[in-house]
Amino acid sequence: MGSGGRLTGNRLQGVVGGRRGCNGAEELARAGACEVTGEWKSRSPVKTGLPLWMLGLGADLLWADMNRLLAFLFHQGVLDEQFLQLQQLQDETSPNFVSEVVNIYFHESEKLLRNLRGLLMEREFSDYKKMGIHLNQLMGSSSSIGAKRVTNVCLAFRAATEHNNRPGCLRALEMLEHEYCYLKNKLHELFQIEQQRALAAGVRYPVQNN
Amino acid sequence: MGMAATESQQFHVLAVDDSLIDRKLIERLLRTSSYQVTTVDSGTKALEFLGLRENHDGTPNTPSVSPNNHQEVEVNMVITDYCMPGMTGYDLLKKIKESSSLRNIPVVIMSSENVPSRISRCLEEGAEEFFLKPVRLSDLNRLKPHIMKRSKLKDEDQKQQVIPEKIENLLEVQKQHQPQEEAQPQPPLEQQQQNNNNSNKRKSMEQSLSPEPTDRTRPRYSGIATVV
Repeated sequence: MGSGGRLTGNRLQGVVGGRRGCNGAEELARAGACEVTGEWKSRSPVKTGLPLWMLGLGADLLWADMNRLLAFLFHQGVLDEQFLQLQQLQDETSPNFVSEVVNIYFHESEKLLRNLRGLLMEREFSDYKKMGIHLNQLMGSSSSIGAKRVTNVCLAFRAATEHNNRPGCLRALEMLEHEYCYLKNKLHELFQIEQQRALAAGVRYPVQNN
Repeated sequence: MGMAATESQQFHVLAVDDSLIDRKLIERLLRTSSYQVTTVDSGTKALEFLGLRENHDGTPNTPSVSPNNHQEVEVNMVITDYCMPGMTGYDLLKKIKESSSLRNIPVVIMSSENVPSRISRCLEEGAEEFFLKPVRLSDLNRLKPHIMKRSKLKDEDQKQQVIPEKIENLLEVQKQHQPQEEAQPQPPLEQQQQNNNNSNKRKSMEQSLSPEPTDRTRPRYSGIATVV
């Protein structure tokens, strides 16, 4: 014992990003709790008196958290099977595939959303065709990563552009921005849990005989 | 006798899509299925890669490389997005099919829109398959029959066969009787160079595939009966 790789409660706190400033056990317990909508309830912490990481359960619990969040997102229609396909394409030869693709998606989408808002905010706005082009791009990439709700809002948005319906477009854009933000938060959560899990799985737990 | 499936023996696919995410996806899908992949972001660049330029409908696909090297230019299949700015996937398809040197390359179209008239137009123009996006691994399995079919046709045309190493000796004997036959996959490099020069496009594919039924279902072609 005492070899490198042992996490103290404080260091674990650092890993989690110091969101709550609590000790290791509580952090793990709350990991994945939804900040945005509060819909996803955190599970109750294991009451053993020992920090979870010391029990060697950290990685497993985080794995369960990750799957729970995923299941929730699927159930809510935020993600669909295409996201699973992305995960299936990730392996040892391409270990960061999902986060790479998703980060590209974030980068591109934010640019497109800015363009859309810029167009709609123009006083003399009339370029529905150009909006349609941005929209198609956003729709395509959203569908490619399995962002189902975002894709659906894009569809509704596109219908509004085809009818030259400016107020309809504005409403759709707001909904789109909302859905996108939600998706981004959730995916960040997912990646965060996954990172913690990878760390926890790699840690050597000291043997305790209490 | 490099039996190990080198990159050059694999099926080389050229993927065309203006979306970066879709390029990444299709690349990963194809690599996972053991294809060699090159991606470009436009039809124009695709034609350049294929060696087709404005001034000549030239002879771009006669690889002048020996089998154990990377066959950079040889493309065995093109998979392209339909909706692209400038040259659409359909335009690209047409250009390929109009070219005497490229028209045998199978072309697959991908589209996020399920428009029947679009689909039939592409198929009529000679597309092998039409995939709806997002493309999945299971879609790529639909390509196998096309690959196998071409391999078989080619076999019948030129009596080329893919022979596992273990019956090499048999072929040695056969070769002596039929010097015309090129595909006898014998160790001598010059034999293979002849093969490549004559059979260009389908060669790398044939070398990687076995005609045996069990192998048809295998998604991975590398390592099977690779010609030595």
